[in-house]
Amino acid sequence: MRTLKDLFAVRTRELPSPVASGSPAVEAAGLSVRLGQRQVLDSVDLTAHAGEVVALVGPNGAGKSTLLAALAADLTPGSGEVRIDGRPATAWSAPELALRRSVLPQAAVLSFPFPVEDVVRMGRAPWAGTEREDEDDAAVAAAMAATEVTRFAARPFSALSGGEKARVALARVLAQRAPLMLLDEPTAALDLRHQELVLRICRERAAAGDAVVVVLHDLGLAAAYADRAAVLHDGRIAELGPPDEVFSGELLGEVYRQPVEVFPHPRTGTPLIVPVRQN
Amino acid sequence: MTTSYEERTGSVEKSPDGPVAKAAPKSSRSTAYLLTATLSLALLAGCLLSAAIGAYNIPLGDVLSSVQHRIGLGGQELDRVGESVLWNVRLPRVALALLVGASLGCAGALMQGVFGNPLAEPGVIGISAGAAVGAVAAIALGLTFFGNWTITVFAFIAGLITVLLVYTLSRSGGRTEVVTLILTGIAVNAFAGALIGLFIFFADNAQITQITFWQLGSLSQATWPKVLAVLPCALAGLLIAPFYSRKLDLLALGERPARHLGVDVERLRIVLVLVVALLTAAAVAVAGIISFVGLLVPHLLRMANGPGHRFLVPGSALGGALVLVAGDLAARTVAAPAELPLGVLTALFGSPFFFWLLRRTRRKQGGWA
Repeated sequence: MRTLKDLFAVRTRELPSPVASGSPAVEAAGLSVRLGQRQVLDSVDLTAHAGEVVALVGPNGAGKSTLLAALAADLTPGSGEVRIDGRPATAWSAPELALRRSVLPQAAVLSFPFPVEDVVRMGRAPWAGTEREDEDDAAVAAAMAATEVTRFAARPFSALSGGEKARVALARVLAQRAPLMLLDEPTAALDLRHQELVLRICRERAAAGDAVVVVLHDLGLAAAYADRAAVLHDGRIAELGPPDEVFSGELLGEVYRQPVEVFPHPRTGTPLIVPVRQN
Repeated sequence: MTTSYEERTGSVEKSPDGPVAKAAPKSSRSTAYLLTATLSLALLAGCLLSAAIGAYNIPLGDVLSSVQHRIGLGGQELDRVGESVLWNVRLPRVALALLVGASLGCAGALMQGVFGNPLAEPGVIGISAGAAVGAVAAIALGLTFFGNWTITVFAFIAGLITVLLVYTLSRSGGRTEVVTLILTGIAVNAFAGALIGLFIFFADNAQITQITFWQLGSLSQATWPKVLAVLPCALAGLLIAPFYSRKLDLLALGERPARHLGVDVERLRIVLVLVVALLTAAAVAVAGIISFVGLLVPHLLRMANGPGHRFLVPGSALGGALVLVAGDLAARTVAAPAELPLGVLTALFGSPFFFWLLRRTRRKQGGWA
């Protein structure tokens, strides 16, 4: 059966080989991007390694989503380079890239009312015709269970609430089982419980050896779950490092133009970030 | 947010709901088989009836026996008139209805997938009218340099230009909004109408009659050479289309997400736009503008079996063929001995359906974005 399938495979794709924990999954070097007249990214260097969660934080318009899109090889940088799995992103074909990185877009849209399970199964499309196709059912079931969407597997996607749609979109990304996950604001539409759930999933993926880059607005979540955080400011990385070192009241106050207080959680010691409020 | 309390507590999630999830694709697959079988049978019955019924009735048994005779499986020849009516009048007409219907249905399903928009249809957004300009130009200017294929070739070129035009004009930021698409369609239809008007203005009387009849949409001039003239276009389109079903499913997520899943979106788009132009040209070149088939058939099938393109694309071809064979039979027989133009008939039934669709969508999701 296998040989038959190989015979009819239109083109052989190079499957990703397992990577050692700590080796770079995606590297951006001297990345600059202009959109129209605006310099959205200005010589950004960032590496995400296998086994870590990197959070991208910063105010609106700082370039977080653009950086994520560049890491996903969605846009060609004006200068600089993105390397995925050790090779320049432009050297991979679209099908090969799909085996190496999965991307969660900011808004989950769908033109036709596919049932939820079919949407999640779309995440398996890159593996069609490879030996890992056999994982399809298990990967879909696991992704739906992890994001707690199994209960509405048969419902049409269009009938879901915003938060449910976001979780289904995440399940699709998880089902793809790519060694690099790029998530653009996965928690934006979610309630408290599911925000925590999503970040726990990120940690699990990292523990399993994947690299996770996640754009977050909630600094508390970033502080609690990320191994490293990159604070973006006007298209540059203002600071990059472990959250408890990077998140200082001074830096965040300047970047967000809003005074904040940072203090350790009394029990866990994780930094808590609270805006300074007058009352 | 309409998340329920149960959902947030998460206690429900642990209930054994695996079977539900597993059952969904299976039941949808059996619906697909059932629909395919039903459509095929209905189509076969439609073809036989269409071959038998008309001004000169041929009993069904005789039709079968004559077909058997021709393909060398026994049976026997009919009398001279019967044989001639069946093989020179009825069957080319049935074949043409099959090709045109399948092309229109399939083109509708493909366009809706490519535009990510349930209202995209060759007739509604002006592709048919664009192809018609090419065909009318060929008739009015008396061009013949591709022989039998001249009208088809011109319809194809004009159709292709129109698809590309509509596609580039109605897209922004990787999406096609319904309003933009429909307005583009109005503009394209108006412009194509004006061009056709100009060609008619310069045409002589015989050509005008030919153009007018052709424009109303009819299969009454069916002959084997005409069937041959559209066969390559239609067949190429119909054979290529199903290979892109899975990618069309992914395209429903949007262009970027589709690319993230390994789809070469640019290539997919170019191929499918070409296929749509091929199919529309095939249909328009012989049958004029027959609207709403490409809208009606995929919509009904989506309601019956969900939006998955692996069934929808070939299913729409099958359904479109059925609608046209049945429609043509009705057009020939309802007002016999006179013959209604087929395009008039499909528009007569298609327009109320379109209206119903608008109302239904408005009620269910507050209209189109």
